[in-house]
Amino acid sequence: MSQPINNRSITETYENKDVVLDVKGLRVYYETPKGDVLAVDGIDFKLYEGETLGLVGESGCGKSTAAMGILQLITPPGRIVSGEVWLDSSNLLAMSEEELRQRRWTKLALIPQGAMNSLNPTMRISAQIRDVIETHEGRKRGDDIKERILELFKMVGLPGRIYDMYPHELSGGMKQRVCIAMAIALDPMVIIADESTSALDVVVQRVVAQTMLRVKEALGVSMIMIGHDMGLMAQMVNRIAVMYAGHIVEIAGVEELFYKPGHPYSQLLIESVPSLTERKPLKITEGITHDPRNPPPGCIFQLRCPFVMDECRSVEPPIVEIRPHQQVACHLYKEQEDGSVIDVRDIATNP
Amino acid sequence: MGPIPRNYLMRRLGIFFLTIFLAATIIWLIPRLAPGDPITAMIDRMTRTAGYVENSDIIIEGWKERFGLNDPLPVQYVRYLGNMLTLDFGYSLAYFPTTVSQLIAQALPWTLGLLLIAVTITFLIGNFLGAILAWSSTPRLFKYLIPAAMIFTSIPSILAALFLLYIFSFLLNWFPMLGSYELGVTPGLNLEFIGSVIKHGTLPALSVILVSFGYWALGMRGMMITIEGEDYMHLARAKGLKSFYILYRYMVRNAILPQITALAITLGTLVSGQILVEYIFAYKGMGTVIYDAILNQDFAVIQGTSFMLIVMTAMAVLIIDLIYPLIDPRISHGGK
Repeated sequence: MSQPINNRSITETYENKDVVLDVKGLRVYYETPKGDVLAVDGIDFKLYEGETLGLVGESGCGKSTAAMGILQLITPPGRIVSGEVWLDSSNLLAMSEEELRQRRWTKLALIPQGAMNSLNPTMRISAQIRDVIETHEGRKRGDDIKERILELFKMVGLPGRIYDMYPHELSGGMKQRVCIAMAIALDPMVIIADESTSALDVVVQRVVAQTMLRVKEALGVSMIMIGHDMGLMAQMVNRIAVMYAGHIVEIAGVEELFYKPGHPYSQLLIESVPSLTERKPLKITEGITHDPRNPPPGCIFQLRCPFVMDECRSVEPPIVEIRPHQQVACHLYKEQEDGSVIDVRDIATNP
Repeated sequence: MGPIPRNYLMRRLGIFFLTIFLAATIIWLIPRLAPGDPITAMIDRMTRTAGYVENSDIIIEGWKERFGLNDPLPVQYVRYLGNMLTLDFGYSLAYFPTTVSQLIAQALPWTLGLLLIAVTITFLIGNFLGAILAWSSTPRLFKYLIPAAMIFTSIPSILAALFLLYIFSFLLNWFPMLGSYELGVTPGLNLEFIGSVIKHGTLPALSVILVSFGYWALGMRGMMITIEGEDYMHLARAKGLKSFYILYRYMVRNAILPQITALAITLGTLVSGQILVEYIFAYKGMGTVIYDAILNQDFAVIQGTSFMLIVMTAMAVLIIDLIYPLIDPRISHGGK
């Protein structure tokens, strides 16, 4: 690759674009005998037209649950407690089952986490793309549908000979491309890619990521990419939302997050990205995590935060825009009356 | 997929014939290890009915000579195998001039018919109920009713048969107590005969169905729940496919595969369960013939009927094996 595969220009202009997906106060809890696990505990974010938003965080922070909450695919013991998911000027959470079913895939598609097992083993590849097209658009002539599916294959770089094959006859990378082809079959507004490349080796991962990006650019679709590979994220997305224990603690443009991470957790996360030139210990392991059933009052990150203050133990930090394209939920940043933001640490060291 | 490759077919047929050969050998060996001698037993029976049989020693000797029982065992064994190949099972010792083949020819259609219908209904009903039980869109009422209907699963088929006989034949008098059809009816393709056969076959079939459909239902339910958690189910729901389409094309289609394997494995058990049921209803099938033969120490009939049942079961398993790759695309004939 001679050119970088990301497109940063959109970062500067996204705020002028239309909002395609607006998530407000989404809460998803899992019921356990000892009380609810607060997997996603009130997240808010907007997804703009044509942008790719990365959702990162450590395992178990609720990023996949958040995606499933948006897709309305939470199954018991999980449940959506509250929130709104606005897509194409209607709230997905207030819809009947049938209304929701009609919007699935036509407006909101998924590239699944485990592409290896995401295809029905007893159906031909073509049949699995055909069924979603025909469910939403009605029955089609055999020739038309074949032409359309082969066109989709071409877009994701799949050979036409897999048309009549079964999933077990395909490699992992090919299956993942089939999933991408399937996701774009109905030209949705938003695609959620849930760790879609995690299970692949780095070479295939890169090829699949490039395919995803190319397809995204060609269609102008908005995308939410979930993952924990910060390196891949840096190349693929326009903005990143950092999640910690069911909360979004920071949303920022890729450059802002990588060069000037605002939230202490983001800082630790960026510092922990492995580097070739130096070996460094993983800082994030310091401190203890709280019980996800019973989070402490105040800031969610207080138990592991190196800068924890009294205020953090009682008051939940508001979201503060510390600089353009960067919003952080942390008491370290105080918005002044004139609209400027100061870092409390600066006051402490320079009185 | 496509046509069955020749070498796979040959290998599978080889296993089929090996099974039958081994079965034939065991069937031949076991009665010769067991105490008792059929000819002496028959003379004893004659003595019991007639009081005294003249020259019984000569009769025994003569018959032993005639049936070749004085030859060395290896000679008897080879002759036996040759006879089995030509489906010549000899004469019934208890009903002397009748050949075993004639007895089997009379009984086999009844057993096959009853078994085929009972197993098909059991398999369909069981899997249907199991699928319904696991499906999220099923009304709650059904989910409570179906397990209640499965109490019969925990009792043996003979008890179910007695229970059904008592309720429906004795108390309610809806169905006949015994037999395969009414005595006055002439067998043939007439409505009266067919009606009579159905009437007589209902309770025996029902006792097989009642005790075994729960087995299939529970197995199916378990498979459906496993598949519910598969990644492809997750994607199917995200695709917004219709609930019923997901049920049959994604869930049942995949859940039924291990059930078909289980059917091939349990076929033998089903046959043996049927034998007892047939006896209770005095149904003119293989079960009754085998039971009579055991009582009479009628070796030739035991050998012949057991052999035919084994051949039938092995054939059914062979057929399931040969069609399985057509149902599951992941299984190719004989691998690569």
